Amino acid sequence: MVRQGAEAKLNGVDFQTDPSRYRHWRLSFDSPVATLTMDVAEDGGIRPGYKLKLNSYDLGVDIELQDALQRIRFEHPEIRSVVLTSAKNRIFCSGANIYMLGLSSHAWKVNFCKFTNETRNGIEDSSVHSGLKFLAACNGTTAGGGYELALACDEIVLVDDRSSAVSLPELPLLGVLPGTGGLTRVTDKRKVRRDHADMFCTNPDGVRGQRAKDWRLVDEVVKPQQFTEYVKQRALKLAEQSTRPARAKGIALTPLQRTFDESGLHYEYVDVRVNRDARTATLTVRAPESVSDDTVEKVYAAGAKWWPLQMARELDDAILSLRTTELDLGLWIVRTAGNPGAVLAIDDFILSHQDDWFVREVLGMMRRAFARIDVSSRSIYAMIEPGSCFAGTLLELALAADRTFMYGAQEGNAAAVTLSRMNFGALPMVNHLSRVAARFYEDVQQVEMLRGKIAQKLSAHEALEAGLVTAAPDDLDWGDEIRQAVESRTALSPDALTGLEANLRFGVHETLETRIFGRLSAWQNWIFIRPNAVGENGALKVYGTGAPVKFDWERI
Amino acid sequence: MIDYTERIPNNVDLGRDRVLQRALEHWQPGYLNWWYETGPRDTSALEVYLRTATSVEPDGWAQFGYVRMPEYRWGIFLQPRDEIRAINFGVRKGQPAWQEVPGELRSALRRIIVTQGDTEPASVEQQKMLGMSSPSLYDLRNIFQVNVEEGRHLWAMVYLLHRYFGRDGREEAEALLERRSGDADNPRILGAFNEPTPDWLAFFMFTFFTDRDGKFQLCALAESGFDPLARTCRFMLTEEAHHMFVGETGVGRIIQRTCEVMKEDKIDDPSDVRAMGVIDLQTIQRYLNFHYSVTLDLYGSDVSSNAANYYTSGLKGRYEETKIGDDHLLSDAEYPVSEVIGNKIVSKNVPALTALNERLRDDYIHEIEAGLRRWNRIIESAGIPFRLDLPHKGFHRQIGNFAGHYISPQGEVLSQEAWKKREFEWLASPQDHAYVQSLMSGPVVEPGKFANWIAPPRRGINNQPLNFQYVRFN
Repeated sequence: MVRQGAEAKLNGVDFQTDPSRYRHWRLSFDSPVATLTMDVAEDGGIRPGYKLKLNSYDLGVDIELQDALQRIRFEHPEIRSVVLTSAKNRIFCSGANIYMLGLSSHAWKVNFCKFTNETRNGIEDSSVHSGLKFLAACNGTTAGGGYELALACDEIVLVDDRSSAVSLPELPLLGVLPGTGGLTRVTDKRKVRRDHADMFCTNPDGVRGQRAKDWRLVDEVVKPQQFTEYVKQRALKLAEQSTRPARAKGIALTPLQRTFDESGLHYEYVDVRVNRDARTATLTVRAPESVSDDTVEKVYAAGAKWWPLQMARELDDAILSLRTTELDLGLWIVRTAGNPGAVLAIDDFILSHQDDWFVREVLGMMRRAFARIDVSSRSIYAMIEPGSCFAGTLLELALAADRTFMYGAQEGNAAAVTLSRMNFGALPMVNHLSRVAARFYEDVQQVEMLRGKIAQKLSAHEALEAGLVTAAPDDLDWGDEIRQAVESRTALSPDALTGLEANLRFGVHETLETRIFGRLSAWQNWIFIRPNAVGENGALKVYGTGAPVKFDWERI
Repeated sequence: MIDYTERIPNNVDLGRDRVLQRALEHWQPGYLNWWYETGPRDTSALEVYLRTATSVEPDGWAQFGYVRMPEYRWGIFLQPRDEIRAINFGVRKGQPAWQEVPGELRSALRRIIVTQGDTEPASVEQQKMLGMSSPSLYDLRNIFQVNVEEGRHLWAMVYLLHRYFGRDGREEAEALLERRSGDADNPRILGAFNEPTPDWLAFFMFTFFTDRDGKFQLCALAESGFDPLARTCRFMLTEEAHHMFVGETGVGRIIQRTCEVMKEDKIDDPSDVRAMGVIDLQTIQRYLNFHYSVTLDLYGSDVSSNAANYYTSGLKGRYEETKIGDDHLLSDAEYPVSEVIGNKIVSKNVPALTALNERLRDDYIHEIEAGLRRWNRIIESAGIPFRLDLPHKGFHRQIGNFAGHYISPQGEVLSQEAWKKREFEWLASPQDHAYVQSLMSGPVVEPGKFANWIAPPRRGINNQPLNFQYVRFN
């Protein structure tokens, strides 16, 4: 059998790109407004076998979108609002390409949806935290994933040309659910009444004109002749709400230096070693040995080389690559190295300079990168050993893990963990809680007790006592305990583990994002593999062929 | 209380159908407003010698007499029901045809009806100014006949929306009156129906090429498993024939007149031909290229999942479906479609189900070729070496596999730049349009007289002489 990983590498999925290589988007700037124009190249599919007609998208299109958002965040601080629109006549976006979905494996579909969801969450994240406001200028048909993209924006304007509608036709046309947060945003964000939402989601033609506004599906409907001007005015209005600086100079996101080879993925601060026989990947994140960038000026000068930014970008790229190309590596083992003091100093610097747009964006990048870990369908173990660097920001890696093992021997060079302010809310999970708060189900006493330990080096014993680690085997037990923990984990059903981990990681507190990732994607993934969708006569399977759909009518 | 059965001739038992009556109470005044606003300009007082359908019997569908157009009795007629009609294709083949809309096909069916219905008022809007420059009373009467019947075809589609689609149907029927051809804010649904029809050559071309798309669409819908739609379309087809007759003979008479002048004066240079006040054959070719290509777009994408679904579910058949000798399921059949790869046009086989648009387009092209041969015979019998040609299927296309490519009429794949350079060799230039319009400065209203640029027809309407008073001005 060809390894999934090797196969995927041949397919060349690379999450790094830059505007000079875009095939599907055009990014233009008219400060304070940026316009992101979708103009999908039909022949530009990331994999062979389908055409990206009618501004439909696949992973490649969304990788460019994600890159464009990053460029706006970092390279164009003068931009305060972003207009998302299309270059196609009478079509905004028709959503994920159905033929691509039809050709894709289940894993590819799920991973694709996860990434597109994260990108849309990132749009909302930037609106809340960075003051970057988004306007969907729906200049034509806005269907399925196209409407979901619009839903991620702060405001939706739909052209009122008597034919353009917004729609979520997944259920009636394909027998599946909208996969990118459509249902959840229609209710939680737009507060569309449930019977209206029910009608909307079962009508393949969607809703247009005044009714779309009346049902809260869009914020405004505008005649074609006034559309451009209206969009311009609204974008400027949205820009007024922004806190982004008027005259700052951007920070160039230079290409990541990396090597991918048989042994794994190698970056400057992040290294991934794969063990195909054990089906594990070991991620090591390295902190700097010392901190020289201790003023805003120096941080600007460092730019994309500033450790927290470069580390987060590398980690982000590694996670995405592993998820997409290394499906069999079911257990990620996380290690750290470097100087904990340096991390704590950087944490302090970041949190003390949140009035600076760049430092704020770097925190955003870290927040979003760490949030990817929580929603990755991989088991995660953290290994805290002598010489490791689980302090502050990097301690989040241990807190994100399903289990944390700390080397328990106290003598000599003992293992330690250190909390910083960063662990108490600056890097929330998708449930909007810090990993500490989520770990203890928001128990205020416990959290306050831990807050009191900020900056203290905690030994294995203390960490175990404080509930920060799962187990602390001593030097005699360590090797065998760890071996057994790994082997027993990788022997379990990968599907059941995905479900278990998603259940346990997010606890009691639901948010729009956890609903999207958890509830919706669980339902969606179930529907995606049911015969009614993908069986020989399933709706998704026969779509486009004209062959009849045959359902098994049993309700489950 | 309005007596609808008197005003609206019908065979749908309108007098006893409260659903229909309620719908029409709102819609009928809206329709008249639409006619006054966008129908033929300044014509309300004219008495026009029109045919009106008053029943579906052989003696009832073409009653001739003078009518003021706003008082035209737009009727609702379905071909009489065949009690044992079955669905003839798709997975429900052999089951009895539907008399009510199947719930699971409601959206698709409504979309089909709305799209067809939208084309009917559009052409009236496109032609509203042409009465001011008509070449004869005969032609003036013909364009009005086409206009009122397009109006009746709108009624036919609106009847289906009102009768079978509840509130949604009423809203869609309203929207049919609200859209306007060429209106930037509120256009008609299909591209060709937003193009202007600025002169009579364009009008004749439109009725020959674009109304024939209507015919083929109606033929495909006349096969529908939804019986009321099939029966409605069958009756509409009886009227559509006249529209295409107007187009074919109109272009033919222009060709004939040009050839007469060329022959008499022994000229063939287009500028000499124009100096004689007739339309040069080269300009006719350029108009033809335009109307043919924008009409080909109306058939939709070469490969279409919608078309496949419509067929499989029994909503829309092929042209002359029941005369085709295959399984009427098309589960394994293939059909060739064109694709541009690099700078070559290649043919590839795709599942026939997904290529139904292309197949209907090919059926259409086949019929167009026959009309073109008849036009060329006029030129040939005048002894003129010129021949009209159909451009390549890929020329000037905005929809389907050729969209975004620049194809010459000969079928070469060109760069955008190379194509643009030669655009006005192939399509009428603003100067061509200005010339054609310069010929059509005012109407010819004397009975039996014809403008210089067009030959008289062979015979009049309803066996009336050519000098008959087809339109009375009061």
